[in-house]
Amino acid sequence: MVNLNVNLGNGFTLKNPVLTASGTFGFGEEYAPFINLERLGGFIVKGTTLEPREGNPYPRMAETPSGMLNAVGLQNKGVDYFINEIYPRIAGLDTEIVVNVSGKSVEDYAETARRLSALEKIHAIELNISCPNVKQGGMAYGTTCDGASEVVSAMRTAWPRHLMVKLSPNVTSISEIALAVEAAGADSISLINTLLGMAVDVERRRPCLSTVTGGLSGPAVRPVAVRMVWQVAKAVKVPVVGLGGIVTGRDALEFIMAGASAVQVGTANFINPEATMLVLDEISDFCERHGVRDIAEIRGII
Amino acid sequence: MQYNNRAGAENYKDIKLCFIIRIMLNVRYRAINIPRFLRFLGRGYLRRGSFRTCPPSFYDIWRISLFLRTFADIIRYPNKMAKVHQSLKITAKKALNAGYYLLRLRPVDGVLPAGIQPGQFVEIKTPENASLLRRPISIHFVDYRLNELSLLVRAVGAGTEAICAVNEGGVLDLVLPLGNGFTCDFDKESTVVLVGGGVGVAPLLYQAAVLAGKGLKIKMVYGARTSGELVVADAFEPYCDVEITTDDGSAGLRGRVTDSLTFREGLREAAMVQCCGPAPMMKAVAAVCREAGIPCEVSLENMMACGLGACLCCVEKTVKGNVCVCTDGPVFNIKELIW
Repeated sequence: MVNLNVNLGNGFTLKNPVLTASGTFGFGEEYAPFINLERLGGFIVKGTTLEPREGNPYPRMAETPSGMLNAVGLQNKGVDYFINEIYPRIAGLDTEIVVNVSGKSVEDYAETARRLSALEKIHAIELNISCPNVKQGGMAYGTTCDGASEVVSAMRTAWPRHLMVKLSPNVTSISEIALAVEAAGADSISLINTLLGMAVDVERRRPCLSTVTGGLSGPAVRPVAVRMVWQVAKAVKVPVVGLGGIVTGRDALEFIMAGASAVQVGTANFINPEATMLVLDEISDFCERHGVRDIAEIRGII
Repeated sequence: MQYNNRAGAENYKDIKLCFIIRIMLNVRYRAINIPRFLRFLGRGYLRRGSFRTCPPSFYDIWRISLFLRTFADIIRYPNKMAKVHQSLKITAKKALNAGYYLLRLRPVDGVLPAGIQPGQFVEIKTPENASLLRRPISIHFVDYRLNELSLLVRAVGAGTEAICAVNEGGVLDLVLPLGNGFTCDFDKESTVVLVGGGVGVAPLLYQAAVLAGKGLKIKMVYGARTSGELVVADAFEPYCDVEITTDDGSAGLRGRVTDSLTFREGLREAAMVQCCGPAPMMKAVAAVCREAGIPCEVSLENMMACGLGACLCCVEKTVKGNVCVCTDGPVFNIKELIW
């Protein structure tokens, strides 16, 4: 048996390194007909804000070569809806549930975290300072060292449990942001959020998305993501969670070897609802085939 | 790789309820056909010596085995009324005019999920990685007795072309059934007007069959650009008369579906108008129905990624705010829509 346990610090451990990326897995329930959710290391629910958000107008999605652009714009029913309606339904699952938190202001972020701290089963928050699709929502904070430190520091006082910070790839030097976030008190760092992109419908002479630009995800971004995970893992001491275009176990192992402690499966869930199980099984198979007894043996070997 | 995943059963706490619902759905949608089974017993196959005088045909044996498999499936996987990820084999493929293909699919392993409703759709993984995302295709017809599903696909882009390029015997990877179907429950003797346009006619065949099975009166209008695109008009013959309209007048009435006599007369007595087609057509039908005060359902086809309500890409603005077409639709009552 391979030991797949992962300790992400601050009392947050996963039974295996496979998580799901926020916004691609709903609240987990959407995938319950297809997979046993309890086999996952954990899942990260859709980005949650203090107030309900309607999101951007349709069309919000465009398919691109080996990837997709999205501009959902953090549509969600607010943190209170999550606490009252969703949480009681999924709290019984024997897996980690991470809430992805977004906000317009530092106070919004902190207040959302304070309300979530009443939920015992939520051991970690993923702090989204990287959403490219809303004007006031994140990427404003995630693209400067000062902005990132400010939010992380504020969250640190409001949320004592594990704090994972999700970084944007739309920056000149991701390592600098990662160092700033680590210094401000982040327990782990996840990357990458989507890459800012654009597509044009030439027949109609209009942008494919209502917001003109959107976030690119899927296998197309994987090489960029692996490079950034490698750079950040070299720069910081806190654990790194890698994501970006993971479809198979081999893809996940790229991230792990580049230095990621855990991985998140995102866009692949849309293509294969059992993608997470495929990734998990292929990681175990690989370890058994290569005589790896603990996943830590191959972490960051590059 | 073949999928027929049942791991999800572990996530369903109320197994007993799922079990009962599945049996009811199987009976309702004729996977378990009680009258036919009783007739079968009445033919005396189970009496001694009857095999010699009247041996069961292969069809009978096939049906018995399907019945037993369905029943075994219910007992083993009571939540299979939920969505499944299944590999289906193409048992028949017919190329029609204008890039339309009619595909008949049968699960490689096991039986179709019970309780598929007219108006629901499937998400097909495009072969040869022709596209990253699956393609949503509405269910054209379901024959539980043959354990077969029909799809009417129009090859319009790289994804649908790759699906249509698969030959008989090839296997497609589907997630099904998705979304909510058309309303099927009406008072006895009610009239339902079905309006189909282009490839949008696809889900209406199964709907017509279900409504006809309940003894309801159906009036049908089928519109297309030209006569060559009226590919499945004959299929409706067992269930209802079809009035044809074409934009160029090459068949039936020259004009729009809303100009047809069937539609205008139907409005007077219809319990509901059910419509699927291009958005401008559905909007025109919805506008007429709204004015006449007739309930109307339309089936939307917003671009979608997951089909499961996770990605929030296929949203439509409704009176309840932005909702996913894949889980709250694709069939909407027009009073929910902001049209």
